[in-house]
Order: sequence, then structure tokens, then C-alpha cells
Amino acid sequence: MGKRFGDVVALQDVSFDVRGGELFGLVGPDGAGKTTLFRILTTLLVPDGGAATVLGLDVVRDFWAIRRRIGYMPGTFSLYPDLTVAENLEFFASVFGTTVERGYDLIAPIYRQIEPFRDRRADALSGGMKQKLALSCALVHRPDLLFLDEPTTGVDAVSRREFWDQLGILRASGLPILVSTPYMDEALRCDRVALIQQGRILEIDPPREIGKRYSRPLLAVPAEGATRYHLLQTLRGFSHAYSVYPFGEELHYTDRRAGTAPDAIATELAGYLRAHGLRDVEARPIAAGIEDAFMALMSQGANELADAAA
Amino acid sequence: MNVNALRAFVVKEFRHILRDRQTLIVLLSMPLVQVILFGFALRSDVRNVRVVLVDPSPDYASISLRSRFAATDRFRVVATSATADTIEPLFRRGAADLAVVLEPEFGGHLGRGEPARVLIASDASDPNTGTTMQNYARAVISAWEQETVARRGAVRIAPETRMQFNPTLESVNLFVPGLIALVLTLVSALMTAISLSREKERGTLEVLLVSPLRPAQIIVGKVLPYLVLAFANVVTALLAAWIVFHVPFRGSVTLLIAAALLYSGLSLALGIFVAAKTNSQRTAMFTAMLVTMLPNALLSGMIFPIASMPAWLRPVTFIVPARWFIIVARGIMVKGVGVAHLRLELLVLLVMTIVLLASSIRSFKPRLA
Amino acid sequence: MKAIAAQTLTKRFGAFTAVDAITFDVAAGEVFGFLGANGAGKTTAIKMLVGLLAPTSGEARVAGFDVHSQRDDIRRSIGYMSQRFALYADLTVRENIQLYGAIYGLSDEAIAAGTTAMLERLNLPGHADDFVASLPLGWKQKVAFSVAMLHEPKIVFLDEPTGGVDPITRRQFWELIYEAAARGTTVFVTTHYMDEAEYCDRISIMVNGRITALGTPGDLKREFDAATVDELFVRLARPAGATEAGSAA
Repeated sequence: MGKRFGDVVALQDVSFDVRGGELFGLVGPDGAGKTTLFRILTTLLVPDGGAATVLGLDVVRDFWAIRRRIGYMPGTFSLYPDLTVAENLEFFASVFGTTVERGYDLIAPIYRQIEPFRDRRADALSGGMKQKLALSCALVHRPDLLFLDEPTTGVDAVSRREFWDQLGILRASGLPILVSTPYMDEALRCDRVALIQQGRILEIDPPREIGKRYSRPLLAVPAEGATRYHLLQTLRGFSHAYSVYPFGEELHYTDRRAGTAPDAIATELAGYLRAHGLRDVEARPIAAGIEDAFMALMSQGANELADAAA
Repeated sequence: MNVNALRAFVVKEFRHILRDRQTLIVLLSMPLVQVILFGFALRSDVRNVRVVLVDPSPDYASISLRSRFAATDRFRVVATSATADTIEPLFRRGAADLAVVLEPEFGGHLGRGEPARVLIASDASDPNTGTTMQNYARAVISAWEQETVARRGAVRIAPETRMQFNPTLESVNLFVPGLIALVLTLVSALMTAISLSREKERGTLEVLLVSPLRPAQIIVGKVLPYLVLAFANVVTALLAAWIVFHVPFRGSVTLLIAAALLYSGLSLALGIFVAAKTNSQRTAMFTAMLVTMLPNALLSGMIFPIASMPAWLRPVTFIVPARWFIIVARGIMVKGVGVAHLRLELLVLLVMTIVLLASSIRSFKPRLA
Repeated sequence: MKAIAAQTLTKRFGAFTAVDAITFDVAAGEVFGFLGANGAGKTTAIKMLVGLLAPTSGEARVAGFDVHSQRDDIRRSIGYMSQRFALYADLTVRENIQLYGAIYGLSDEAIAAGTTAMLERLNLPGHADDFVASLPLGWKQKVAFSVAMLHEPKIVFLDEPTGGVDPITRRQFWELIYEAAARGTTVFVTTHYMDEAEYCDRISIMVNGRITALGTPGDLKREFDAATVDELFVRLARPAGATEAGSAA
């Protein structure tokens, strides 16, 4: 599937599927094309090339049928700020020809947390509560498929966790869910993940599998305190270093030499660092995580584009 | 003060203005359009006055005077009759602006050296023009008198003037219909335009679109509450006119309210149409105001008489809804006419409303792009 | 002299206390992470420090100037960049630099020199005349940061500068921060990425208007027995058993 806006190619060659009962994550930074993709699947935009079916229905021809059966939470908060919690929920229920009572058991785990505030205006809610309300409104009509476009953007780490706990409960009920997010760590909560960057899908796999294609040796070097920056610079100076990036309290070092044993590299690094005055620094081999994989795919993609352009 | 910083800030503002092409075009062209329209529309002189000549006993003198009216381009003789009872219906229908009634034995009196009376009655429900038309008529009569009677002797004509429908020439009577049109247009078009574009901007529209709601449901759903609001506005405006200004209410109030509601529906549909075609709240508001206030003020006949506009401009006023509504409102309030006389105008308003609603529903795409 | 020193700084909106007598300081050249859940009072606190809001009570000094009485001096000495807005989208990169340079009183030569240096450092020499709206988010944020640093302020305030940015550019951004700190600039940053919190020299965590933790990431993790700052944050921001109070933002 492809989509362009004038000269800008928003999506290119996008192909993937989401199976029943799956919690599928679309992971990529802002501008990657996630929202455009969502808008095509929710029948708000028409693709320029390729085709898409949702619940077996074509997104271009059968869009009214699709709209009756999906739930959608768009990127910007889609609530009416001057209506109360209860009024928002009732409105969205009635738009789908149903009532809050009929959908209550599905939304209960989420809605119960904000129900004490049912008479509060939506604009007086905190970000986390607005999220929960928006999710409830998207679910109240018992959709067969749920689309959530960046539901955790701008929300703190704790609220994000709670939200994903809710998604886990929903998934357990068999509802297929397609979620997009720029946060790499949230990808771990999905059944399968598609990494998207600049309108292209880089890889689709279960999250634990994604790192497997990481071709080069990867080591973690603990770095804390004032020496962190110095350590970073020094490691980058190592002749076989492919990339060195900070990862929280560690640095992730990737070596150029694809076939070399990581343990051997660890010893080499220890020696190299000691020679530069950094003692007691122990590198240890690790498996690549989603973020490592994403970054490698990003630069690989960038290199390919550069080569193609050259 | 940091002059450099100030300069840099001014430069920045210029850049913003120049790079917002759409707004720039509107800001530069609007004053120009206003100047041109104002220039043509604003006429204190009156042309093409439709005059009814009543001559109970035609003779050489009366026919000579009548032909004067026919000869000048300020007047257009629409009817000639022997009796004065034709005047009222013509005025009610809006087919004539002025009536010149000659006394029986007009020429006879003059010949005998007696004063001959002429009655001039004008449809003064049209503001500004009543007095002017009267004065023109007097001028024609005086000129004729100077040239013809003066040759015969020193007998003068004493014209009587009477302002039909508005004897005391209360200007508020004349303005209120136009004012009602203005108020209704403004509230209706602006409010629906803002309501719809705000929904677009906020993102709630996306969720509504991805639901079983059809565009027709969304549009009608947005129009109905404002119709109720418009009704309240009409009633309060009319009450104010009646209680505070003692504006006459010669016709059927029910008919007036019904017509006002129809006109509101039209303006609401216009507002929706504007919002469906524009991208932001600001543009929607701007465009809604541009499309309603300007034509209403200049081309509806509310302030500047349509008859005085140049020939090419007059047909343009046909597409200004307010033009038709003002005829209806004045007809009902000041002249007391009924549906029978206003069939054309009401039909035009109805057709315009239907066309606008249908166009809004059609241009309201069920997708974002 | 401390770069930032706050003493029982408080802000009340009617009956609601957004910031409740916070006390902390930041040393010159430090990278300080100011963390907290949404609605905890972070944004209000920052606004008081940069002179956008007047405190209800308490004291604070930024770059040595008093936030009550010397707000103009503060504004001249600091740089500010927020996630929601940093640069004018319909101006080019160069035009944005010229504007901010002039506003902060830089000479034309200084602006020109700064422009060249910035574009080289960010590896964007050919993009000086591109409209900011056409740049990818990550580049926008890096340019915005450099523009905030153009007048070489002593302290720079960054409000969630890397939200939604791709992982590589995020890290490049933090290298810019490190370079600035190495030059002696104090960096006061808020973020929702807990791994970025690890990059700071010291961090503080705000919960319901109060500071409940203050120290180096390492010390705090040991104190609260958490393996990562993420765990630490979860433990403090939502104590076990408590549900979201749902206070107005």
C-alpha cells in the first residue's frame, strides 16, 4: 500500500496483516507514517497504490460497513471537553446505535477507574484519565477491531504502564488491537510488532524475535556518573567500533566484525579501556533489543538510500 | 530599547503575512472590492423610479405633464389609470414606487387660472428614497409648469405629498427589517461555521466520521439547535422593535416568523457550506463573515437602493439571499401584505436553502481527503 | 554560586496547590533531570523558574537573579526550548536563527558565525534555507536546541525536548547536551523517557507538587532499591495501593 501527499511520500510498499486476537504494535518515531496508515485503515483516507481489507471488507468500497464495526482512538484527544465523562460516553454509544449498559461489561475494567468522576467535564480530567475515557468511548459499542493511534503520547511512564495493562486485559478477551507508539519499550507488550520509519516497514516479528537479525556483536558497558561522556568518546575511538550509543545506565557497543565472538571482544575492550585510564569497566555480551534493532535498521536504511542516491 | 531585536521581530511578522497566501489575498482584495462596490452601490440619487400616473380626465395639459414623466430617465411609467384605486395594489405588490395623481379637470382648472392639484404619493417603506422620489416628482412638475403654464399665465400647481405606508417617515420602521436580516445572517452563518470547523480542528470529527453517522445526520444535527436559537433571536428582535420603537406590524406575525425561520435555515446552511470547504476555524469565520456581511450591507437593498445601482450590478443582487428576505420582511411589517404577494420571494428563499443544504451535504466528504 | 536555587517555592491557583514548597538547587555545569508524572506540577515549577509565572510564596534564584524581582535579567541569561513550540515553522532555519539572535542582542557577525558553526555541528550545511516545517522532527529539535544555545546562556531549560523523536536522533540530542555541559552550561531538562533520566548528573522526582526524591540516579536507585530509574519512578509516582487522584491539570 502506498500514500503520497503532493511531493511527500507518506507510505511506501506497506504490507502486513493482523490476525484475530492479536495485539499488534506499529512502532516508529513521529513522521514515520503511523497516523497516515491508521487513517487509511479506518477509512478516513484512500490509498494511492495497493489495497487494504479490514475484517474482510475493502477499505475503499465497503467503508460504511467497516465503520460500524471498528473502534478508533485517534492521535489527538477525541473527546468533547465541555461534556462530562458520562455525557461523552453516552454520546459515542448512541452514535453507534447502542447504549452504555450494553457495552458496560467490556469497558468496566477501564471505566470503573473514572466512574467516580462521571459528572466532571472532560477538560478537567488529567491526561491519564482522558486516555481511559477515550478508550472507553472507543470500546462502548463492542467493536470487532480496535485502532489506537499513539494512545500514550505525552503521558508519564506510570500512566503508560497502566494503559498497557488495560490493553492486556482486552487482548485476553480476544479483541484484535492495532496500536501505534513511538516508545520502543511498549513494543515488548505486543504479540507482534512492525517497525516503521519514513513510510516504510523495516521488519515485522514478535518482539523477542526482532533482535535476532542483529548481525553484529553487541555488548553492554556500564556507565554511570561523571565518567559516562568520557567513556562514550573513548569507546568510539576504538578501531573496531561500529557504533556506541547510550542506553540508560549502560552504553551499547556494536562491533564491526560480524563473525567475532563477543567474549573475545569483551576482553579486548577491557584492555583498551584500561590503557586509556578507565579501569574496572566490564563489558558483557547481550542480545539485541528492539531499540538496538530499530536503530540498526534505521541506519541500514539510511545507508541504502545514500548508496542508491549515489 | 534593543532596536535590532525590534527590527528582527517586524521582519518576522512580515514573513508570516507574506507566506500565508490565502489570508493575504483576502486582506488585499477585500478593501478593493469594498471600495468598488461601495462606489457603485452608494448613490444618493435615485433612478428608475416606477411611477403610476392617475389621470381621471385626460386633456391636453394632463397628457403633456404625463409625457414629461415618461420622457425623463429617472422615472419609468409602469401604469396609467383613470382611478386612484389602482395605486394601493401596485404598491402592495411592490410594482410601483411612486404615484402621481392628477385632479379631475386638471387642464380645465389651469385654463381658468385656478390652482390645479396634484397628489404625489410614494412607497416610503423603502428607506432613504421616499423623500428623494417626491422631490424628483416635484422637480418634473415644476419644470413643466415653468415651461408651459408660465407661458400661459401665473397659475401654479400645488403638489400634495403623502408618504404611503410610512406617513411619519420613521426610519426605524425602515431599518428594522434589514436589521433582522443582518442579525439572523450573522448569528446563523457564523455559529454553524465555527461549530463545524471547531469539530474538525479538535479531532472529534475524525471519530464521528469513523462511525455509522452519515454526513446528512451530522449536518442536520448541527443545524437544528441553531434554528431554535435563531427562533429565539427573531422573537426577541421583533419584541424589541415593537415595544421599544413601536414599529408597526401590519401583516401576519406568524408569516413573518415562518419567513424568518426559513431565512435562518438558509444562513445556517451557508455556514455549514463554508465550514465544509475551509480548513481552519479562523478561515471559516473569516469567510463566513465575508460572504454574509458584505453582500448584506451593500447589495441587499438594506441601505443602498438596488434601483440606483448600475444595470450590471442589479442582477448580481439576485443571489444575495438577504435581498429577497428584506422584501418579504418589509412587505409583512410595513405594508401588511400576505403570502399571495410574496410568493416569488419565498419560493426563491426556499430553493436557495435546499440547494445550499444539498451542496453542504454533498461537499461534506465522509473522508478526510 | 548555584545556577538555580529554589527555597520553599510554592504556587497556588485558588484552593489548588500546584507546587508545594519545593526546595532544591542545581550546580553550575550540571545536567539536572526534573521528573514527574503529568499534573505533578513540573510545568508550573519550570514556568516560575524562567519568569513566566510569579510564585505565590518562597524564593528562587536563577543565574543569580531573583525570580520575583529580576525576571528580565533571568530571561536574558537563559535559553528555553519546549516540545510543543521551538521554532517558527513558516520561516527557514536561517531566518529563525537571525530572529532569535537579534532578540538576544547578538551582533550580525556573531549571528553569521553562530549559524555556520551550528549547521556544521549538526551536519546540515545545505539546509540553511529550508523551511523548518519541512524538516523531520528530530532535526527540528536539534536546531531548536542550538538556537536556544546561540546566545551562550548560562542555563538552558529543556521541556520534554525529545518526545516522539526517533531513537538515534534522541541520543544525538543528548550528545549535544553533554557538549553544552562540558562547556559549562547548566542544563535543566524534563523528560518522559526514563532511560534519559539515567544520563543526568542528578535528578528530582515531583509527586503531587512535592519533591519526593533528589539525588544522583545511582544513589536514588540504591536508596529505594530499584534496578532502573523507571522502577524508581513507578515506585514513587504511584505508591502501591493508591489510584490516580484525577486532580485537574
